[in-house]
Amino acid sequence: MKDKQQEGRPKARRKKAKNAMVNKQIILVAYIFAGLFLALMVYIGKFIAFDSQDVITNSYNKRQDTFAKKVIRGNILSSDGKVLAESKVNEKGEVTRSYPYGNMYAHVVGFALRGKSGIESIANYNLLTSNANIFERIYNDLTEEKNIGDNIVTTLDSRLQKVAYDALGSRKGAVVVLEPDTGKILAMVSKPDFNPNEIDSIWDSITKEDASGNSTLLNRATQGLYPPGSTFKTLTTLQYIKEHKNLSHFSYECSGKTTVNGVVINCYNNSVHGKLDLQKALAKSCNGAFAKEGAKLNQNSFYRLANDFLFNQELPYQGAYKKSSYVLNNKSDKGEIPQTMIGQGKTQITPLHNALIFSTIANGGVMMKPYLVDRIENYNGDLVKKYSPKVAKKVISTQEAQVMTGLLKGVVDEGTASSLKGLNMNIAGKTGSAEFETGKAAHAWFVGFAPSDNPKVVVAVVVENVGTGSTYAVPIAKQIFAAYQKIEKE
Amino acid sequence: MVTIITSIANYLLIILGTIYTLFCFTVFKPSNQNRKEQILNRQIIYMLLFHFLCYLILLLRTENFKTIMFYGVQTCFIGIYLFLYHKAYKDASRLISNNMCFLLVISFIMLTRLSFDLAIKQFAIVVACTAICSVIPWILKKLKALSAFGILYGIAGLLLLGSVFVFGVTKYGATNWISVAGISLQPSEFVKILFVFFVASMLAYSNSFRQVVITTVIAGIHVLVLVLEKDLGAALIFFMVYLIMLFAATGNYFYFFGGMVGGSLAAFLAYKLFPHVQVRVVAWQNPWPLIDNKGYQITQSLFAIGTGGWFGMGLAQGMPNSVPVVETDFIFSAIVEELGGILGFCVILICVSCFVLFLDVAMRSKKMFPKLLSLGFGAVYIFQVFLSIGGVTKFIPSTGVTLPLVSYGGSSVLSTLIIFQVIQGLYIAVEQAKALESQQMEVTNEG
Repeated sequence: MKDKQQEGRPKARRKKAKNAMVNKQIILVAYIFAGLFLALMVYIGKFIAFDSQDVITNSYNKRQDTFAKKVIRGNILSSDGKVLAESKVNEKGEVTRSYPYGNMYAHVVGFALRGKSGIESIANYNLLTSNANIFERIYNDLTEEKNIGDNIVTTLDSRLQKVAYDALGSRKGAVVVLEPDTGKILAMVSKPDFNPNEIDSIWDSITKEDASGNSTLLNRATQGLYPPGSTFKTLTTLQYIKEHKNLSHFSYECSGKTTVNGVVINCYNNSVHGKLDLQKALAKSCNGAFAKEGAKLNQNSFYRLANDFLFNQELPYQGAYKKSSYVLNNKSDKGEIPQTMIGQGKTQITPLHNALIFSTIANGGVMMKPYLVDRIENYNGDLVKKYSPKVAKKVISTQEAQVMTGLLKGVVDEGTASSLKGLNMNIAGKTGSAEFETGKAAHAWFVGFAPSDNPKVVVAVVVENVGTGSTYAVPIAKQIFAAYQKIEKE
Repeated sequence: MVTIITSIANYLLIILGTIYTLFCFTVFKPSNQNRKEQILNRQIIYMLLFHFLCYLILLLRTENFKTIMFYGVQTCFIGIYLFLYHKAYKDASRLISNNMCFLLVISFIMLTRLSFDLAIKQFAIVVACTAICSVIPWILKKLKALSAFGILYGIAGLLLLGSVFVFGVTKYGATNWISVAGISLQPSEFVKILFVFFVASMLAYSNSFRQVVITTVIAGIHVLVLVLEKDLGAALIFFMVYLIMLFAATGNYFYFFGGMVGGSLAAFLAYKLFPHVQVRVVAWQNPWPLIDNKGYQITQSLFAIGTGGWFGMGLAQGMPNSVPVVETDFIFSAIVEELGGILGFCVILICVSCFVLFLDVAMRSKKMFPKLLSLGFGAVYIFQVFLSIGGVTKFIPSTGVTLPLVSYGGSSVLSTLIIFQVIQGLYIAVEQAKALESQQMEVTNEG
């Protein structure tokens, strides 16, 4: 019996030691899981406290609609304090939405009945959230009164919007005005338009018309895809600059007509431009010169440049938009090259995107994120949240941007946009006449910025199915530049 | 009036839940047994108040008078269970019972809110399962030889897992259900238990290299079968649990880190090979461009959690039903949306508190088999909680596992109840051994 005990003791001791060792491992396992859960809780806490703000405003979040039962939708204001959309409550407590400017902001501000569009859609969450005084809100909650939602102060300038809206007149097309150094959208017009005050009654007729191709509800500024026409020569020129150190080697003899890769390229109206350097070729918008020189460019590298400029990519824009497309590369059929180099072919772009490209050049190669909401205020006017300008990306070097600006200035000084010279302001830009169907008048384009030495405003204009950019788009841009100049002076 | 009551009740819920959760951790502090009992009794009071307020809100909001009946039956169930169980098992852990009941209460509340019919079904299942599982501690005491079956557990587990290839039904892209006599079961939920028994008994017997190799091969086959069934969440749980148990039993860091590296390689391979894995990963990386299809579930879940915020929208005030499979895998999103992020944290911490208790049993067990058993169950439980909550909050890719005891689902709740009762059995053994030891000490002192 005694022997057995003595034998047993070391065994028991070993067992005890082993037990202690296993316990050490168990404690380690406990620490690992404690770490995992700590990380998980910090993550969830961060999400709820910060990240969720951007997530829940998503228009897919259906919960927003239930807020309308508790909150009176806030107002939408222009940057100069004009009311663009407001909620009116009648004696019975019924809320109606009113748009004092009628058709003028139809697409950009949008509507909130029959689905939502424009700023009514992007800022839906904030419009239906009240940041009024907390006691007032609790009082309203308890008495089952509706709270008053926050106001959205947009970046839109009512004076520029009016000028752009009137200048486009009854034609189909779009205008985008933005600030190159901030990305603020100052004006956005799309035509044909509609009266958002009557959206409920005109809905059926509008949707029927839209089905037959009129596309009244479509915001052409962000969702209209057009061939860029000669405005695209800006990108062709940039690729040329990237591939050639010495631009003075550029030389082309224009006879009004040439054949590149088996494709006949005519200059507009078969004009004969004669001997051209790069500056003149761009100023006169010589199709032959860009088709011929463009065909010598490295198409894969050009494809990358186009993608850097966000062709085929998502745009850094909150609202609804279409992606622009550029498909040409080394593998493409050689016959597609000449047309693509002058902005025809398969390339398609939205006016907002074209404005962004010129804004990047104006801003020294840095693309800013375009935005419409400047700040959120509660209904008393106290600041809730201010949105600051954000860089989207650096696309080209400052030097390339400078050279390009100089060349674009030539278009106004001695080229197709020379009617802009009358304004006492240095303007750089490019016209375009985009052919989209044989036998039909071209879409007229102008995209440009001013002042060219310190750009403050970018204007993009497209007028559908009318003719040349010089004749139809430049005069609209001229009125907007003039209006901008006037506002600056005030 | 309704708004006033429900608004106040909403804040009271947060206070009650928070105090309950704090007690889960402060209960260990006092050495005085009376003080401990007092805390545990208060927990029950807070739980019952919480339960009452939630059903009051649900009644006022939905005006469904059936909820009164349902509430009454639930209260009886909780009261009877807590009373009878601890009458029968004097040494059982009251904190485990409290936590189990609290998680079930949250489950009943959320399911009542989401779908009254599902809630009743789940309640019936829970009552039946609890009654059956309550005998487990007694069985454990009677059966001394549980550690002797070793490899038989593994073979039984594999046979059960393989049954889906014969009777299998496919749900949500994974073939991990069987349908027998009209009842759908998820075998992997039960094989989890056999698996922990298997690994514990194999490694408790010996941790020689030979034994480790045999165990690893059989464990590996389990994981492979689960991957073939496309039940990735379960495969991940089995894998992690095995690594943890192996590491604890051998203390070999090489096994642990080698296993981690191997697991990462396997995960990468699975990502390359299986499109459904890629879908999950892509939807995790950036679900927003895929909001219409692959990213729909997770973005809806984030909307729910984000809109709920810290204080929640209030019971029956949100739109949790817009989240697909919200009753099962995504129930945590519904909890945060309506009860708020603070109570969401409480749920997490209550789960962690259960885990701490499981490990406490493991630490205090003298023998290797119960030690590994409670560690294994602790790991199964807490890792599943982590996968579930991490998945619905986009902390990790979604693996489609349920939140134990809270999610809807019979197999899930039954297997978790079995685990909790096995732990209770081991806890009772530890407590009785301690009592015996102190008695012996007294005897020796007297002698």
